[in-house]
Amino acid sequence: MSQDKDIPLAELRRAQPRFSGFEAGHRACLGCGEALAARLVTESAGPDVVYANATGCLEVFTTAWPESAWRVPWMHSLFANAAAIGAGMEAALKAQGRSTRVIAMGGDGGTFDIGFQALSGMLERGHNVLYVCYDNEAYMNTGIQRSSSTPHAAVTTTSPAGRERMGKRHLKKDIVSIVAAHHIPYAATASVAYPADLRKKVRRALAIDGPTFLHVHTPCPLGWGHDSALTIEIARLAVQTGLFPVIELERGGVAGVMPIREQRPVSDYLRLQNRFRHLFADDVRAREELEHLQALADHNIERYGLRPGHEADPLDTEGADTVKRGGVR
Amino acid sequence: MRQALEGSQAIARAVSLCKPQVVSAYPITPQTHIVENLSRLVADGELECELVSVESEFSAASVALGAVAAGSRAYTASSSQGILLMAEVLFNIAGLRMPLVLTCANRAVSAPLSIWNDQQDSMAVRDAGWIQLYCADNQEAVDTTIQAFRIAEQCELPVMVCVDGFTLTHTLEVLEMPEPEQVDAFLPPFRFARRLDPDKPLSVGTLVSPEYFTETRHDHHQALRDATDIIVQAQQEWLTISGRDSGGLLRQSGPADARTAILTLGSIAGTLEEAMEAHGTGAPARLIVLRAFRPFPDQALRDACQGLERLIVLERALSPGAGGIVGSEVRAALSALDRPPRVFNFAVGLGGRDVPLEIYPRLLDAVDAGRGSDFDILDLDPSKLPAEDA
Repeated sequence: MSQDKDIPLAELRRAQPRFSGFEAGHRACLGCGEALAARLVTESAGPDVVYANATGCLEVFTTAWPESAWRVPWMHSLFANAAAIGAGMEAALKAQGRSTRVIAMGGDGGTFDIGFQALSGMLERGHNVLYVCYDNEAYMNTGIQRSSSTPHAAVTTTSPAGRERMGKRHLKKDIVSIVAAHHIPYAATASVAYPADLRKKVRRALAIDGPTFLHVHTPCPLGWGHDSALTIEIARLAVQTGLFPVIELERGGVAGVMPIREQRPVSDYLRLQNRFRHLFADDVRAREELEHLQALADHNIERYGLRPGHEADPLDTEGADTVKRGGVR
Repeated sequence: MRQALEGSQAIARAVSLCKPQVVSAYPITPQTHIVENLSRLVADGELECELVSVESEFSAASVALGAVAAGSRAYTASSSQGILLMAEVLFNIAGLRMPLVLTCANRAVSAPLSIWNDQQDSMAVRDAGWIQLYCADNQEAVDTTIQAFRIAEQCELPVMVCVDGFTLTHTLEVLEMPEPEQVDAFLPPFRFARRLDPDKPLSVGTLVSPEYFTETRHDHHQALRDATDIIVQAQQEWLTISGRDSGGLLRQSGPADARTAILTLGSIAGTLEEAMEAHGTGAPARLIVLRAFRPFPDQALRDACQGLERLIVLERALSPGAGGIVGSEVRAALSALDRPPRVFNFAVGLGGRDVPLEIYPRLLDAVDAGRGSDFDILDLDPSKLPAEDA
C-alpha cells in the first residue's frame, strides 16, 4: 500500500468498489479461518460501525503498533470485557443520538469462557449490539489450550491424548442455546465455508434493534493441525457431518436451519485434522470416541431437523442425554 | 444552596450537575447510595443519561470505558472488592488514557470480610495510573467530584475520587450545593479528540512491542506528573467560582511554627482539625492533609515540611510485610531534603474502627513514647490478640 501513502484515507475508501473495514497485510497464519470471517463480517456490516474486540488472535494479528489492518473505528480493551465495552459504546452512541452500530467480537475463549459473564449481562440488558464469536475451538493465541468450546476428544496442549486420556474429556459448550435463552431477538450460527449465508446473517442481525449474536465456525490450521489449503473444506465438512449445525434462532426458537443434503460420516471431517489423529489408532477407546462424536452429530441433525424435508421439534432435547458422554470409562 | 445532605446524595447531585451521558455501576456497600441517588435523579427526569446497571464491577468499569471511547462523559462508583474486581479494567482505562471519573467509597478488603471503612482498596490500585484525590469531608467530595471531570478531560486521565465509606458516604452534613450555572461555567461539554468515529477511524488498544512499550509508559507517567499543575489550576478556578478551597495537592492547618506535623488523608483530617481546635493557637502539632496521592505531590510536600522536626504519617491502610504505604512514599519524598524531619508512621482505623477525637493527644503521646519510628498500628488492642502474638 506504500504507493497510496499520500492519498487521504477517506478518498481511498470512496474509491473502493466494495467497502472493506479489514485490510490485507495483517499477520494471520496462512489459511486462517478467523481472518477470512472477520473480513466478511466487516464487509457486510459497512462503514458505520464501531468495533469492540476481545484479546485474542484477531486483535494481535491485526494490530501491531504502529500498524493496523482496521479501516473502521476499533478498540481492544481486555480479554473478558468485549461485550461490556460494546455495551458502553452503544449506551454512549444512544445518548448522543447517533445511529452508528456496534459490533463486539471475540474468539471462543473470550466468548464461551472468560468473557461469558459480560456477554450474558450485555444480552440481558438488551443493548443494541451484535456480538460475533469467531470459534476456532481452543486458545490458539496462547498456544492451543482447551476452551469450553473445544470439541469432545480433541487434542490440545492442555488436553493431550495419552495412556490415560483421549483428548478433551468434556463436551463442547452449546453457546448458541445459552445465548438464545436470554430471549434475544436473533442468534445464529454460521460457517466461514458458506460466505453468502454469513453475509446475510450479519446484515440480518444489524437490521434488528436489540442484542444479536453470531457464532462463526472458523478452522485454525495451526491449532487443528490441517493443511492450510483445506480451511474451507474442513469448515464445510463440520457442517455436512452435523457436528456444527448452521441455524437461526429468534427469541429462543429455531427460525431457520441450513439442511444437510447428504450427511457425511464424522470420520471424513476428523481424519483431516491432527487434533483427532489419536481417534484413528487401533484402539477400542478410539473407536468408542468416534462413536460418541458420530452420536453427537446425529443428535444435532435430529434436534434441529437438518435433513431436507425433515421437520423436528428443535426444542425437544430428548436424546441429548442418551449421547454417550465422557472419554475414558 | 446550603443543604443538609447525606454524603452519597451530595456526591450523586454533584455528578448529576456534571451531566454524565453514561453511568454504569454495580451495587456494593457503601457505594450503593450514590448510584441509587443517581437512578432516582434519572427516574425523576432531573438527569438525562444512560444508566447501565451491570452484572459486575468488571463490566461497570468496562461500560464506562466503552462509553468514553465512543465520546461520552461517563461515571462509575465502587468500593473494596468491587475496586479489586475491576482492577484489570482500571489499569486498562488509564493505559488507554481515557478520561472518566470514579468515586471510591473507601472500604476494607476481605479477608476477613469487613464492610467498613479503611483505604486499602484505593491504595491497592495506586499504581493503576489513575489520578487519586482524597476528600476530608462531604463538601470536599462535592467540589472534588466536579473538579475531577475537568481534570480528567483536560489531562486525558481517569480520576478516582476517594471518600471514606460510611464516615462520609452515610453521614449527613450541612454543605453548599453548587448551582448548575456555576458548574456549567467551570466544566465545558466533553469533546474527546480520540473518540471512535466512523468518519475518522482509529485503532485503539493495539498490541505494542518492546520497541515502543517503554515510551508509552513514560508518556503515561509524564502525563500524571504534569497533572499536578492542572489539579491546582482546577481547584483555583473552582475557588473563584464557588468561593470554596478544596485543598489543591495538599493543605495545611494549625500553628505554622509547630515543629511537629501530622500528615493524613481522608476524613481523619476532619477529626484531627476538630481536636486541634480545642488547643487554640497552642496546638503542639500542625496538620498536613494530602489531597492528591497520585500524582504524588513530592515537591509540595517538601515545601510543607521545611523546618519540621517530626512528621507523623497517619493512614488507613497498610502493606502487610512492609508497613505504611503513604508513610513509605512520604519518607522517600522527604529524603531529598537537606534536613528532613524524622518520620513516624501509624495505621489507624482499619476495617471501620472508630477514630475518635482523642486520637490527637494519643498520637503525640505514642510518638513521645518512641512508637511509630518505623511503623505501628496506633489503635491495636493487644488484649484481643492470641496469647502467642500479644
